[in-house]
Amino acid sequence: MLAFTWPEFFQQITSGLASGAIYASLALALVLIYRATDVINFAQGEMATFTTYIAWMLMQHGLPYWPAFVLTLVIAFAGGFAIERVVIRPVENRPEIVIVIVTIGMLIAINGLTGWIWGSEVKAFDSPFPNRTVDVAGVAISLQDVGTFCVCLATVLVLWLFFRFTTLGLAMRAAAVNPGASRLLGVRVGWMLAIGWGLAAALGAVAGMMAAPTTFLDPNMMLVILIYAFAAAVLGGIDSPVGAVVGGLTLGVLVNLLGRYVAFVGEELRLPTALAILLTVLVIRPQGLFGHAVVRRV
Amino acid sequence: MSELLELDNVAARYGPISALHGVSLHVGEGEIVALLGANGAGKTTTLRAVSRTVRTSGDIRYEGKSIVRRAPDALAKLGIAHVPEGRGLFAELSVWENLRMGAYVRGERRTIKQEAPRVFGYFPWLERRGHQQAGTLSGGEQQMLALARALVSRPRLLLLDEPSLGLAPTVVQELFAVVRRLNEEEGLTVLVVEQNANLALESSARAYVLEVGNVAIEGSSEELRRHEGVRRSYLGY
Repeated sequence: MLAFTWPEFFQQITSGLASGAIYASLALALVLIYRATDVINFAQGEMATFTTYIAWMLMQHGLPYWPAFVLTLVIAFAGGFAIERVVIRPVENRPEIVIVIVTIGMLIAINGLTGWIWGSEVKAFDSPFPNRTVDVAGVAISLQDVGTFCVCLATVLVLWLFFRFTTLGLAMRAAAVNPGASRLLGVRVGWMLAIGWGLAAALGAVAGMMAAPTTFLDPNMMLVILIYAFAAAVLGGIDSPVGAVVGGLTLGVLVNLLGRYVAFVGEELRLPTALAILLTVLVIRPQGLFGHAVVRRV
Repeated sequence: MSELLELDNVAARYGPISALHGVSLHVGEGEIVALLGANGAGKTTTLRAVSRTVRTSGDIRYEGKSIVRRAPDALAKLGIAHVPEGRGLFAELSVWENLRMGAYVRGERRTIKQEAPRVFGYFPWLERRGHQQAGTLSGGEQQMLALARALVSRPRLLLLDEPSLGLAPTVVQELFAVVRRLNEEEGLTVLVVEQNANLALESSARAYVLEVGNVAIEGSSEELRRHEGVRRSYLGY
C-alpha cells in the first residue's frame, strides 16, 4: 500500500469521475427505457458494444474519428428505434417478465452476432483525446479522462435540453407518464416509445465509444460496465434521469477510492463493491436517491 | 340542427363482459347532451367508444363520416377532446406543460401562444400556478386543468366524463358554469356523463338515460326532469 498524498487522492477522484460519466450515460439509457417501457433493458450493454464495433469499422474504412462518432450515433438511434418497433412492440402489452426475458434474449443474440461478425479477438480502439496528462496544482489529470467526462456530460446535457425545451421531448415525457391520456391528446405513443429506445441506444453508443479506448474492443466489453450502470441507476432511483447521472458519477468515484485506499477491496473487489452498494440501496431505500416511492392507497 | 355525432347500434364488450348492447344516440352541433345512469350502465364506455379507446361494433359518425376505423390519436386531430374518467392529467408534469400538451395536436408552439389567453380567461388562477406540479393540485383544480387542457386544442366536440366526481358542490357549480359559457359563447358541442342528474339536466338541452348498456329513456332535459321514473331513480324526489 502506497502512502496517502493529496495530489494522488484528487487524481483518483478525476479518474473516478471519468469512468463514472460512462456509467452515468449507460445508466441514463437504462432509465430512459425503464420510463418508456417499464422494464430494465438487459441488452443495453450489448447494444452499446455492437454500435462501438460499427464505429470501429467506420474508422477502419478511413472515416476520421468525429464523423464516425456522429454517424455511429445516427445508426445506433435507427437500430434502437427498429428494435422497439420490431422486437418489443409485439410483446409490449404482455406482463413485464415477458419483456424482460425478451431483452435477455436480445443480450445473448446481439452478443453472439457481434462475435460472429467481428470475431472475439481483442481490438484496439482509437481515442480522440491525447494520451498525456496536464498538471493542475500538482494533480496530474489525464486528458483522456477529461475528454471522456466532457463528452458524456455534453451528451446528457443535450438530452436534458431536448426533453425540457422541445415539443417532441415534452410529448415523450407525457407518453411515458400517461400513455392513455397522451393518445387522447393526439400523441402517437408507439412512436414516442420507439424514439425513446433510439435515444437510449445512441446514449449507449456514446458510453461504448468512450469506454473502448481503455477497456479495448471485445464482444464482452460492456458486461462489467452494464453492472456498474445497473448499480448507478438503482442508486439514483431507476425512474430518475437526474438520479442516473448523480448515481453514475458517485459510483465511479466511490469505487475508485475504495479500490485504492481500502486495502482488502483492491482491484479485484471493485465490482462486488458495486453489487454490495446495489443490494444495500435496494434494502434500505428501494426508490434510490431521487426516485419516486410508489405509494398506493388500498 | 345538423348532427355532429351519431351512434348507431353501438355494442362493446370487455373480454366476456358485455358493456353496451346496441346504443343509438345523436348529438347536434352546438348542443349540450347529458348521459345519465347508474354505475355500470355503460356511460363511460359510450364515451370511450366515441374516442375509439374501446372496440365496438355498430357505426359511429362524426361530421357525417364514420370514425370506427380511426385510431384514438387521430380523433384529437378531428376536433374531438375527451376528458376521461380520472381526468388523465400528467401528474409529474407542471400545469403549464399539461396545457402545452393540449396544444400538441395543432402545432404546440403556435397554438399554446394563441389559446393560452383565452383559456386563462375561463380559469384565471391557472396563469399564476403554471409551475406547480399537476399532481399537487386539489381535486377541483385538477378537474379544471383537465378541462382547460382540452380547451387549448379548440375542440368541436367535448366529451366529459363525470366532472363532478369527488368534488365540492361549489366547485362543481363553477365547472358547469364554464361548460355552459363555452357552449353559449363558442358554440362548443358537449357530451357529458354525469351521476349528478339534477345538475346534468339543468345544464343540458337533451339527455339519455342508460340502463345496463341500453338507452332506457331519452328526451329533452325539461321532459326528463318531469319524468316519473327519472325523478324517482335519479333525482331522488
